[in-house]
Amino acid sequence: MSLGFLGGFALTLKQVGEPRVTTPYPGEKVAKPPRLHGRHVLNRYEDGMEKCIGCELCAAVCPADCIYVRGLDNPPDAPVSPGERYGFVYEINYLRCIHCDLCVEACPTEAITESKMFEFSFTSRSDAIYTKEELVVDDDGLPRHLPWEDWRPGEADHTSGWMRATSPSGAVEYEGEVQWSGELGFGVRPPEGGQSGNRNDEATGNISIRTVERDKISRRLGGRVRGT
Amino acid sequence: MGLEDLSHNFLTGSLEELVKWARRSSVWPATFGLACCAIEMMAAGAADFDLARFGMEVFRGSPRQADLMVVAGRVSQKMAPVLRQVYDQMVEPKWVISMGVCASTGGMFNNYAIVQGVDQVVPVDVYAPGCPPNPQTLIHAILTLHEKIRLGELTRRSPGETGAGIDLAAEPARPGWVAPPSGVRLGTPR
Repeated sequence: MSLGFLGGFALTLKQVGEPRVTTPYPGEKVAKPPRLHGRHVLNRYEDGMEKCIGCELCAAVCPADCIYVRGLDNPPDAPVSPGERYGFVYEINYLRCIHCDLCVEACPTEAITESKMFEFSFTSRSDAIYTKEELVVDDDGLPRHLPWEDWRPGEADHTSGWMRATSPSGAVEYEGEVQWSGELGFGVRPPEGGQSGNRNDEATGNISIRTVERDKISRRLGGRVRGT
Repeated sequence: MGLEDLSHNFLTGSLEELVKWARRSSVWPATFGLACCAIEMMAAGAADFDLARFGMEVFRGSPRQADLMVVAGRVSQKMAPVLRQVYDQMVEPKWVISMGVCASTGGMFNNYAIVQGVDQVVPVDVYAPGCPPNPQTLIHAILTLHEKIRLGELTRRSPGETGAGIDLAAEPARPGWVAPPSGVRLGTPR
């Protein structure tokens, strides 16, 4: 008779002191990586005007054809956006959107960015089509919370950080230069850390993947037990 | 099972709550991974997100033992009859989560090969967006489904939804529900 199975018990006992890997999701979310693509927001300038100028570049670049935009001339007495036109219809079908962020890349006015909220689900198809009223940020510059979305603090703070980390046409001398306009409620956001190491992680809320994954690795490799 | 003949009172109301609680605490999914969304579905079942917390860690290999079909991935035109057959083989009550944009609308595969929305084939209860949805989005969809089970009716599906055992033409007409042409049945059981 062999007692080899005792080795199995020993392995199990050894795991008792290891960090717990399970994230109890409805109570707690996994820390989001800094460049996560989530639900879109339509931004406004610091004076409250909408950034979208209705150019439809986002709709043109969308590989999934999930964006529908119609531009309209600004009313001269009460303009909605500082440009010539504004987007008077803006719809995103979240049952087609693949969160590739090409719309963010195409937008000439940083009107559309992506938050880090990714926990939402629908019980009907019409819920999934977000209209402009649901996408435009409110008067504090924060995204509107819809009943089927699960927002947690911090998920709206650093939208589309990679857009502020890269430089135009890849020219390295422009990296870290502010080339974007301010946003309602947040002002001009600081540059995110790019590849040149020029970064200010405290100001931009950037966290490394190592920090995100720290709960899950063995204690021998630097992991820690959740909650300690 | 005879429950629909009882009138609603204190006892049957509590029994209904109990049955619904039991149903939503043990939703067993059928193994129906089609594409990359299935990887995230597996991740949701693994230790990091641990679907066992909701009593649904057993992905059944047989549709006869499953309550929930998570359609994870793009459904090709060739796969649609198989999908419908697996759905027909599941026993009532059964639910469907359309996981990911490909299953929900075809996503970026707007072409001749992919079914543009799995709700053309089976009745979908909850849609999970994303490409793919991460495990937390899937769990959010599952919690939405739990809420739907809790608030839904015990013995019948709501009008307009089509369970496999329901003969559409024989269903009595209800307000706001348009009957399909007589003799129409979705999917033909073999």
